[in-house]
Amino acid sequence: MMEVNPDYPGPKKAGPDGERYRLKDPAFFDYALKYCLNCKRCEVACPSDVHIGDMIQSARIKYGSQAKVKGLRGVRDWALASTDLVGSLASPVAPVVNEVLQLKPVKSVMHGMLGVDKHRTFPEYASKKFVSWFLKQDQSAFDKFVTYFHGCYVNYNYPKQGQDFVKIMNAAGYGVHLLEKEKCCGVALMSNGFAAKARKQGALNLNSIRKAVAAGEPVLTTSSTCTFTMRDEYPDVLGLENADVRDNIMLATKWLYEKLSSGEIKLKFRKDFKMKVVYHTACHMQKMGWQLYSIELLRMIPGVTLTVLDQNCCGIAGTFGFKKENYGYTQKIGSKLFEDICTSNPEYVSTDCETCKWQIEMSTGVPVLNPIEILAAAIEA
Amino acid sequence: MSAKEYDVIIVGGGVTGAATVRDCALRGLSTLLIERGDICDGASGRNHGLLHSGARYAVTDREGAEECIRENRILRRIASNCVEQTEGLFISLPEDGLDYQANFIKKCREAGISAEAIDPKEALRMEPAINPNIIGAVKVPDASVDPFRLVDAHILDAQRHGADILKFTAVTELVKEGGRVVGVKTSKGDIIRAREVVLAAGIWTAGLAQAAGVKIGMMPSKGALIIYGHRVAKMVINRCRKPANADILVPGDVVSVLGTTSDKVPVETCDDMHATPEEVNLLMREGEQLVPCLAQTRIIRAYAGVRPLVVADPAGDGRNVSRGIVLLDHETRDGIPGLITITGGKLTTARLMAEMATDLICEKLGSSARCETANKPLPGSEGRVPRFKDPFNMRAAIGRHGTEVSRMDFVKGGEILCECEHVTRAEIAYAVKQFGVRNISDLRRHTRIGMGTCQGSYCIQKVAEALAEELGDSSRAGEFVREYLQERWKGMTPVLWGDTLREAEYMHKVYKNEI
Repeated sequence: MMEVNPDYPGPKKAGPDGERYRLKDPAFFDYALKYCLNCKRCEVACPSDVHIGDMIQSARIKYGSQAKVKGLRGVRDWALASTDLVGSLASPVAPVVNEVLQLKPVKSVMHGMLGVDKHRTFPEYASKKFVSWFLKQDQSAFDKFVTYFHGCYVNYNYPKQGQDFVKIMNAAGYGVHLLEKEKCCGVALMSNGFAAKARKQGALNLNSIRKAVAAGEPVLTTSSTCTFTMRDEYPDVLGLENADVRDNIMLATKWLYEKLSSGEIKLKFRKDFKMKVVYHTACHMQKMGWQLYSIELLRMIPGVTLTVLDQNCCGIAGTFGFKKENYGYTQKIGSKLFEDICTSNPEYVSTDCETCKWQIEMSTGVPVLNPIEILAAAIEA
Repeated sequence: MSAKEYDVIIVGGGVTGAATVRDCALRGLSTLLIERGDICDGASGRNHGLLHSGARYAVTDREGAEECIRENRILRRIASNCVEQTEGLFISLPEDGLDYQANFIKKCREAGISAEAIDPKEALRMEPAINPNIIGAVKVPDASVDPFRLVDAHILDAQRHGADILKFTAVTELVKEGGRVVGVKTSKGDIIRAREVVLAAGIWTAGLAQAAGVKIGMMPSKGALIIYGHRVAKMVINRCRKPANADILVPGDVVSVLGTTSDKVPVETCDDMHATPEEVNLLMREGEQLVPCLAQTRIIRAYAGVRPLVVADPAGDGRNVSRGIVLLDHETRDGIPGLITITGGKLTTARLMAEMATDLICEKLGSSARCETANKPLPGSEGRVPRFKDPFNMRAAIGRHGTEVSRMDFVKGGEILCECEHVTRAEIAYAVKQFGVRNISDLRRHTRIGMGTCQGSYCIQKVAEALAEELGDSSRAGEFVREYLQERWKGMTPVLWGDTLREAEYMHKVYKNEI
């Protein structure tokens, strides 16, 4: 962000340096902290393991509330943050919503009045939610189970990714359970200033996760940001204790890689599968250090030609990139990545983050797949 | 300069001398202040930065307590930009009992200091970092004061009222004619004449007086302090017991200062004061009782100052010492006219000390001018701070310098050079112009440059270049860096372990060009 926006004071000043002053007087809170993408690359870079990004997030929550956006922009931020509510409303009328959101007049009204950038297209809503589909799937034949945290994107927008997950698990001999109750992990709420609601949802999720873990099931996910939020931001930013279950929350790619490489599960791969893929490491993936699992998992698939891209942020930072005032920054930040993708000319880009997917598809035209989708396509059902 | 005769020469540029030169200047006396080093270079810059409410002295020294609360109220008004109205807590731990607290509250109220007993739970809500085992807490009007800014403000006001300030010039002897002190001889060989000479050089006063045939029994008392990297509490935290070691924690700007110790030291050591590892250990052990998280909080450095305690009876064994204000009229005391000593006292009561000294000076000089220092705001606290369109980079500067920021050019110098303390280029230019700084150590006292967590690791090369440029000799930047690092090293040595050691190693490698 610093490279493209001189107003952003940078992680050192926004984080530890600024924190010393904020401890003296909250008036030292700098509204330019809103430009922090929460990419956590500062934390990856810091040799002293200072939780710089958490400090900035916490400061925004603690001191930024007075700056809560008012008027139509406030409505926009609330709508962008309320993934569950908006998703539930949109699903039943998905075809209409999808059409309407793409209409030029609608886009220009949203751009002009609400401040949702006109270049952005909202991910399409699915007519049938993932959960509705899943409840019709019979999983009773299995004697071993994993629990799946599907997240908002899979449920409301892209059930196929969840279906692929179930296909792989079933093929590996595992049945799938859902959490007793699941709400949005809360990342969009946190970044839009709705910390109290995020904390409430987080507590509800952890409660369900605890029950799954007590039943001896790992809680698997297919989104790097949901995973990172529940594992690290719950305790560090929201103050939700999760040490008892943290190790059991993981990306499906990690779990699969470990089980496949130890020989504990086996998958039958198609012989005719061919795909040229480049892998993009999402920021939160890098913070967790888990890109290696996704990369190695993709390398296990016969027929996949994989190139790993240099680690660069795509720029979107979740709902941040949907806001008109941020569009220019997001595209500048992502330009290096887009260039790398275009020069390597792949069939597909693969990444573990859905918002990276939207940004890359919009900015390069290259279709993006989650590693789980690629794996599902490569195995024999 | 030697041709001119001043009304008054004041020897010593600490808070006492600065307050006295201001008072004299406001009363229309032609005044010169001589300081051997920089302003605020001695004990005035090596203390807690605590604006006493007087509560600490209420039980043992009623008069001192009353002076403190009166001056506390005055300084909040006239030096509003140097004082942060933090308020203070006196906490009782189980081993302290509550008997002392009851008497403490009674004595505070007798001295006119508001002292409000607070439920321990409420105290912990106000200050979550304090020892959770407390059995009692009392709220008093303590505050945090920036001693460097306070002394600077006095000096500026004196200059603006016609006083001369001569820095980096020592007084080598007092010049006497016919038994009367008529001036001083300086390290530059000049003789400067004045009708009255005032010694306000803290512990260094005794030596000067002795050379003139006056014996003042002084007992240097060393106090060591530790600086922690950030604020752990918003209020001044005191221990509610008989004053002892390490029982005050003061939030000073963006750091926390813990102190202090009290040990008699030989006068010869006063020129080279530093905290010892033993003192640091003691401070840490006691400080953790006050605020347990100090055990995990990074220490930036440790330092020590020396209190100029006066022995009332020079022949005595030193027990009969006063921490109160000592004003000596050597004409009546020793038969030496033209010489006055003002010493003892505290940072909080310096204005009062100056008033007492200047009253005596006026009496000697036959002036009827009245003291106005309690009513006139100091530079930096004069009315409203100008508004800036985009004040973020200047916010810390505004906090430090108050209305003086109107003399700074943030358009040209808005860039922050010292990231830890948010010090701007404009403040460097201002300090060079207003205070005649010679090097980065001087600059530090007037701007806070390099006082933060990195202790100059990141900023000093930038600062050195900027300073050299402001002084018009860019070839000196390297020399500035070397001098400053050496000085910082002194404060880091007694606390070299853990994170501080790591930071020092890092600093070493940065400046050895190894990373």
